[in-house]
Order: sequence, then structure tokens, then C-alpha cells
Amino acid sequence: MAIKDTVIQVKNLIAKYGDEVILNNISLDVYAGEVLVILGGSGCGKSTLLKHMVGLAAPSSGNVFIDGIDITGCDTKTLHNILKGIGILFQSSALIGSMTVAENIALPITEYSLMPKYSVDMLVHLKLRLVELEGFENYLPSELSGGMKKRAGLARALALNPKILFLDEPTAGLDPVISSEIDELIMQINRRLGTTIVIVTHDLDTIFTVANRVVMLDKNTKGIIAEGDPKSIRDHSPNPSVRQFFKRNAKLMDP
Amino acid sequence: MKKPELNRSEFYNISGNEPGVFTVHFHGKLDVRSSAGIIKELIPEINALSLTSLTADLDDVSYIDDFGLILLIELKKAIKNKNSSFGMTDTRNMAENILSLNESDFDRSPGSAKPKKSYGVVIRFGETVIKSASNFKILVSFIGSVLFSFYHVFRHPGSLRVDDTILCMEKTGVNAVPIVALISFLLGLVISFMSSLQLQQFGANLYVASLVAIAMVSELGPIMTAIVVAGRSGSAFAAEIGTMKISEEIDALFVMGFDPTLFLAIPRILASVIVVPLLTLFSNIFAIAGGLVVGVFILDLTISSYISQTIKVLTLFEVVWGMSKSIIFAILISWVGCLRGFQTRGGADAVGNAATSAVVSGIFLIILFDSMFAVGRSYWR
Ligand SMILES: Nc1ncnc2c1ncn2[C@@H]1O[C@H](COP(=O)(O)OP(=O)(O)OP(=O)(O)O)[C@@H](O)[C@H]1O
Ligand SMILES: [Mg+2]
Repeated sequence: MAIKDTVIQVKNLIAKYGDEVILNNISLDVYAGEVLVILGGSGCGKSTLLKHMVGLAAPSSGNVFIDGIDITGCDTKTLHNILKGIGILFQSSALIGSMTVAENIALPITEYSLMPKYSVDMLVHLKLRLVELEGFENYLPSELSGGMKKRAGLARALALNPKILFLDEPTAGLDPVISSEIDELIMQINRRLGTTIVIVTHDLDTIFTVANRVVMLDKNTKGIIAEGDPKSIRDHSPNPSVRQFFKRNAKLMDP
Repeated sequence: MKKPELNRSEFYNISGNEPGVFTVHFHGKLDVRSSAGIIKELIPEINALSLTSLTADLDDVSYIDDFGLILLIELKKAIKNKNSSFGMTDTRNMAENILSLNESDFDRSPGSAKPKKSYGVVIRFGETVIKSASNFKILVSFIGSVLFSFYHVFRHPGSLRVDDTILCMEKTGVNAVPIVALISFLLGLVISFMSSLQLQQFGANLYVASLVAIAMVSELGPIMTAIVVAGRSGSAFAAEIGTMKISEEIDALFVMGFDPTLFLAIPRILASVIVVPLLTLFSNIFAIAGGLVVGVFILDLTISSYISQTIKVLTLFEVVWGMSKSIIFAILISWVGCLRGFQTRGGADAVGNAATSAVVSGIFLIILFDSMFAVGRSYWR
């Protein structure tokens, strides 16, 4: 992270559902190759911010630039081209219910590459091994546990080795062992492939192991109340509620 | 003027020494089991008293939780309503402890929620208009998106999801054959029976065959089939797509670079357009068979005369007319089913509403277009 290239730039974003303002005037840069964690209390608009950052929801004002292209004003074709380089794990996993796990993961692969069938199968197998779901190729999403769905969704997000990866609560509902393995996986992907990763999470373990930088949203101000290195925010943030967020569980974790 | 001891209950008694000044002595447990009953008994009793001040004595209470707290709050409210003063004897601070546990205070009733917004008539009217306008916008843009996707499929046939289309044809078409056949057979039976009652008087038995054939092929066959398909498949389309919508699956498809219309709507619309005319054909055949049964067994017609009369009245125009209508109906049903699915917002009940609305709008559109066809035909001829 010597030179800070900005890959995503959020400028004065205002997000509303109906009349209700969820995010008020958010500006945020995501730099190439970093792991950025977005955190904040439940319902403060983290998933909403994520949806705006990938163009799934249109802001009521403000812009989002990915690689310098304004995705709030561009046409669907351009947006799709940009999205090809982006992998997203949704909070609810969002696996297609009528397809098996393998078909779900193969979906983006067959769409964008002309791989022969057996290499697609091979790739799917590799991706599933990455998230420790080997052997579940032919299960339907409804036959998986919540944590397994999360991992299958992660495998699908990773399918095309995206340049930017968005993860909405990747470790929620997973046991501590698998959680830390996922954390490890996230760091590996970040280091080996240079993937820029944006994570939404409450998991302090994840935050302290993987985050280069955190951004904290607040429900009351509807904006960013803290930004920077997680450890220094924990110890030195002027805002007591920010320190409290980090310390409540942090006390239990590192003595 | 009143007896000092007014009431004896399991959990409280009310006593008063001076006129207008009363004390409620609570004892035992004020918890989830007892509180509701106490409220029901005590509040009317208090309301019936003429009092100036009331003291709640909690010193003999062995246990109190937040249900008991609600009891005290209700009591205080009742006293306030009578403009009397309320006091508490609580030397062990039992109520206080519960209050601090719930982070609430005595005067604010616990959990004072943000009231649901309610607006005046004008604002609600305006909102409805805006909502309808945006619904209309979605409707038009969905038509555009469907047309565009069909154009895309036409240019790049490889982008059609053939497997899905075939599966959908099976679900919409093949699986509907038994019910369509049964309904049509019975309908043919009923029509011929009813008409025979009249036509028999003129000895015009043979014309029962014409009546059944014309009525079914040009009107009832397409309509009955379309209604059955709207109920079976239109609702299914809306529910499937609606469920995908609320569980973010459609977002996921979009992000992976798929056009949700091309991915979900086109296979369904295409499948319907292919199978609904075929179903209509089945419907016609079975209805004529139903008529035949009545003709042969009740009206003493021969099979061959019934069939030849049927063939004689059925012109090619009549058959093509019925088939083209059924194609239009298929487009309407599947289009509105998919549209309702994509419009779904919210939770499980929204999916239910989408399915209902798909059937209702589907049937409405069928009847609307059918009457338009009927009017058009009468001018054209
Ligand atoms: N489709 C929607 N329509 C209306 N309001 C919504 C919708 N989705 C979310 N909201 C509201 O927006 C706010 C932020 O929701 P969001 O899902 O972004 O929260 P979050 O920070 O991701 O929470 P969590 O950590 O629980 O996932 C909430 O108050 C929620 O009620
Ligand atoms: Mg969320």
C-alpha cells in the first residue's frame, strides 16, 4: 500500500428509503489493495451503503465512482462491465434457490468464460475447497445450514477472482474455528491476488485480524463517526461511544 | 360512611381510615401470573371509589417484576384520571429496582414507541397518486425491458435459458392438461345439456353440436384455459420471482451480470406462449367430446352426424381466431405474473400479495382483452 490508488470513491452520498434518510452525506474512499471494514450498530445502514457502492440502489443524491467511472449515472451495460470485476457476498447469501451449490458457483463462470465443462467443474471444486465445502456440490441451498450458505455464497463471490470483493457479514453465524479460517482466507486473497476487499462486520476478531482501515457508521448522525486504524481508534478515538463499541468485547478477548 | 375494609383478595386489600384516603396493601407475588388479573379487578374498584388520595403499599410484596410494574403504572394512571394524588410505600425499594433494570421511569410508560406516521387525507391522496405514477413507470419500463430482452434473444439465441424454458413449459403446460381437460369436458357437457333443453323443443337437436363447437372454439376454450393458467402459473410466477426478490437473489443475479428479465421473465413468457394455445386445443377437443356424450346418450344423435356437423360449422377463421386470442392471453398472464413478482417489496406477506394480485390482474386482463376482441370483431365483419 505504498501508493494509494483510489478504486472506489463515494462522494456526498445521501441514501433514502422512501422519506427516511438512512445515510446522510457520506464521503468515503477505498484504496487499491486494502482491506476496509465498515462497521456500526445493527440497522445503521451498512448493507445500504454496500448496495449503493455497487449500484444496486440509486442514491437520492451524490455519486459513487468505481475506477473513475460514475456508476450512479452510467447505463446498465457499463455497470455490468464494471460489476464483472466485482464479487459480492450478500448478507442473506442470496444463492439461487432452484440451483445446486455447484450450479450457483458455475453460473458466473460459464457466463463470462468459455471454459469447457470439465474445467468449470474443476474450478467449482477448487472454489468449494477454498471454503471447505467439498462434497456439497449437489446440495440445494435449502439443504445447507446458515453458515454453509454463507460459505457457498463466498465461493460464488470468489468465482471469477474479482478485483474488488464486497462481503456483507462473512463470518456471521459461523463457529469460531471456521470464522478464523475465513479471516485467514480473506487475508490470503488480499495478499496473493491483491484484491481490494470491503467487509461489513460486527465481528471484532475479524476486524482486528484483517482490517487495514475501518469506517464506523452511526445510526443517529447517519454518517461516519470514526475512520482509521482499528487499534488506534479503539484506544484513542475522542468519541466514547466508538471506544465502547470496540471495548465491550475487546476486554474479553485480549487481556 | 364506608366500611374500613372494602375488599379482600388473594393479592391485595383496600382499606381507608379517613373518607377519601385509601391504601392498597399488596401482598404475595406481583408477577406474570397475577398482574393481569389484579389489573382487571382492582382498576374498576378504584374507579368506583370516591377518593382524594391513594397509597400503594408494597412492603408485604414478596416479589415484583416488570408485569407488576405495569400494574402499578396502570394504577397510577387510573388515579391521575380522577385528579387524586398517588403515593407509594416501598421501604425495600422493590419497584425502584425493577425500574432501573428496565431503564425506564415511572411516568413514562415503558417502551414508548415512535408513533406510526398518520397523515391527513390530502397527503395520503398525494402519496397514492405518486405511488400509482411510479407503478405505472415500472409497468412501462417492464414492457420495454421484456421487448428488449426478446429482441436480444432473437439476435443471440444462445442467451435463451433453454432448460428453464422447457421446465416451465412442463409446469405450465403438461401438468395443467388433466385439470384443463376435466373442466372443459364438464363445460362441454353442461353447454350441450342446457342448450338441448331449448333446441329439443324445435327438434333442432343437431344444432347442439354447432353451438358447443362455436362457443368453445372461439370464446370459452381460450378463456377457460387462460383462467386456469392464470390461477396455476401466473400466481406461481409471481411467487417464485417475488421470493427471489426479497431474498436478494435477483440482486445477486444482476451483480453477476445477468439481466433478471432475460433470466427469469423470458423463459416463462416464452413457455406460456408456446403451451397455452396447445392447452386451448386440448380444451376444445375435450369440450366437444363432452358435447358428444350428451348428444349421443341423451339426444340420440349418431357419433358421425355429431362430428360432421361440428366440422361443418368450424371454419378455419374460427379456429385461428381462438388460437390467436389464446396467444395474447398467454402473453398477458405471464407478463403480469412476472411483473408482480418483480414489484414485490418487503417480506413473506408481500409474496402472498404478489401472487394474489397476479391472478386478479391476470383474469381482469383476460376479460378486458376478450371484450376488446369481441368488439373489434363485430366492427371488422
Ligand atoms: N428495503 C427497505 N425499505 C425500507 N427501509 C429499509 C429497507 N432496507 C433497510 N431499511 C432500513 O434502513 C436501515 C438500514 O438498514 P441496513 O440493512 O442497511 O442496516 P445494517 O447496518 O446492514 O444492519 P445489520 O447489521 O443488522 O445488517 C434500517 O433502519 C432499515 O429499517
Ligand atoms: Mg446488513
